[in-house]
Amino acid sequence: MTDLTTDLNRTPLYEFHLAQDAKMVPFAGYEMPVQYPLGVMKEHLHTRAAAGLFDVSHMGQVMLTSTEGFEALALALESLVPVDVLGLKPARQRYGIFTNETGGILDDLMISNTGDGLFLVVNAACKAEDIAYLNASLPDHVHVTEITDRALLALQGPMAEVALARLVPLVAELKFMDSVRITVDTVEWWISRSGYTGEDGFEISIPAGLASDVAEKLVAMDEVEPIGLGARDSLRLEAGLCLYGHDIDTTTSPVEANIAWAIQKVRRSGGAREGGFPGAERILSELLGGAERKRVGLLPQGRAPMREGTPLYATAESADQIGEITSGGFGPSVERPVAMGYLPVSLSENGTEIFAELRGKRLPVTVAPMPFRTSTYKR
Amino acid sequence: MAADIKFTEEHEWLRVEDDLVVVGITEHAAEQLGDVVFVELPEEGTTVSKDDEVVVIESVKAASDILAPLDGEIVEVNSPLADDPGKVGEDPMGDAWFFKMKIEDMSALDDFMSEAEYKDFIG
Repeated sequence: MTDLTTDLNRTPLYEFHLAQDAKMVPFAGYEMPVQYPLGVMKEHLHTRAAAGLFDVSHMGQVMLTSTEGFEALALALESLVPVDVLGLKPARQRYGIFTNETGGILDDLMISNTGDGLFLVVNAACKAEDIAYLNASLPDHVHVTEITDRALLALQGPMAEVALARLVPLVAELKFMDSVRITVDTVEWWISRSGYTGEDGFEISIPAGLASDVAEKLVAMDEVEPIGLGARDSLRLEAGLCLYGHDIDTTTSPVEANIAWAIQKVRRSGGAREGGFPGAERILSELLGGAERKRVGLLPQGRAPMREGTPLYATAESADQIGEITSGGFGPSVERPVAMGYLPVSLSENGTEIFAELRGKRLPVTVAPMPFRTSTYKR
Repeated sequence: MAADIKFTEEHEWLRVEDDLVVVGITEHAAEQLGDVVFVELPEEGTTVSKDDEVVVIESVKAASDILAPLDGEIVEVNSPLADDPGKVGEDPMGDAWFFKMKIEDMSALDDFMSEAEYKDFIG
């Protein structure tokens, strides 16, 4: 038996994972299920065909409130993210990024307007730094609270709605990126209709003490299987979604990363609240004039999966590396290898053929649109 | 016939078939790998040295290499496997062999583990 080093954290679903016979691995300081007996491939396909339950309790849940009301709170957060937070309506959610002074990305996050504050979900590996950063950067009237007494589950897939509605009937009325608080039998569920798989589905924050009970009820349903981190990664890769620390980091700007859609008009040049976030100078100029490189979808032409770090070249012979793969692997639903990576803008057009060097061989790769598989959000 | 099968610490099995050694991976290794999605086989006729990387296997999770267990020549490869890599998970000890090699001295096989020794090795 593998001797996991101590001081790894456990989520409220740790015992549930063991009972489900999960293979546990260290991930972002937590002992997490990488797969269950079904295996990565079948877990992936099951999520796309029915519904998959993910434990994402390792992610950071942070509540921001202000003594000066929502407008002051939203404007305070806008000083750290290039996102229209003020325009985020109650019970709605939006994707965001924390930018740094050089226009890179410190973390990506989800922002919900709860009516009385802003609820953030941040990456597990970044959460300690994010919370310290929020505390250090936000004005005194903003109160930053890490929510440590709630678990976070994700239920994803075309049958997620029918499954979750058995426990919380109101979820059937939610649309993509709605984010609400629903009380059932005195328990407050914080539910958003969003996720990280390209499927319709929900992210569900519930009191930690109820997490295993809810997880057991869900996996007891015919539609639902527990899904590990392995399939979570292949699902988000097919959906063309960025993984922080891999596809985006402190050196990639949002324009380079091709996530400029996360920067609403009001924060861009000429907008009512133009700039005013870290790295605005570079990011606003790239929004107008473009960046030198761009994150693109890549389809290896052969069968060999191409993983993170694989170098890219313009031709089969050229000596100079032009970019590299930042995420890649086999896509079980598209039944072929898929990848994403950064390329010079001049070579980033869909259909462009470039080459990857794999085990000393140059293999052709085609630049392709993402997602690799059409997403099925319920808008 | 069980005496004719040997196991390496790299979780390969070696089975003597006429004057050739057939090489594949064990059920234990296949289980650890998970769903295999890609197999790259060497060319027939390649001369290999012990520990050369001769086969690339990729599962959904990761890539791994199969090393040549001994010096010798690859005389036959299981070409259909490249088109049906999933077979590695289904029948690792049978249909999903990787290659057959010719070695100088069959007695070199004596250094590898027996089935019972391998079972102890994987605990």
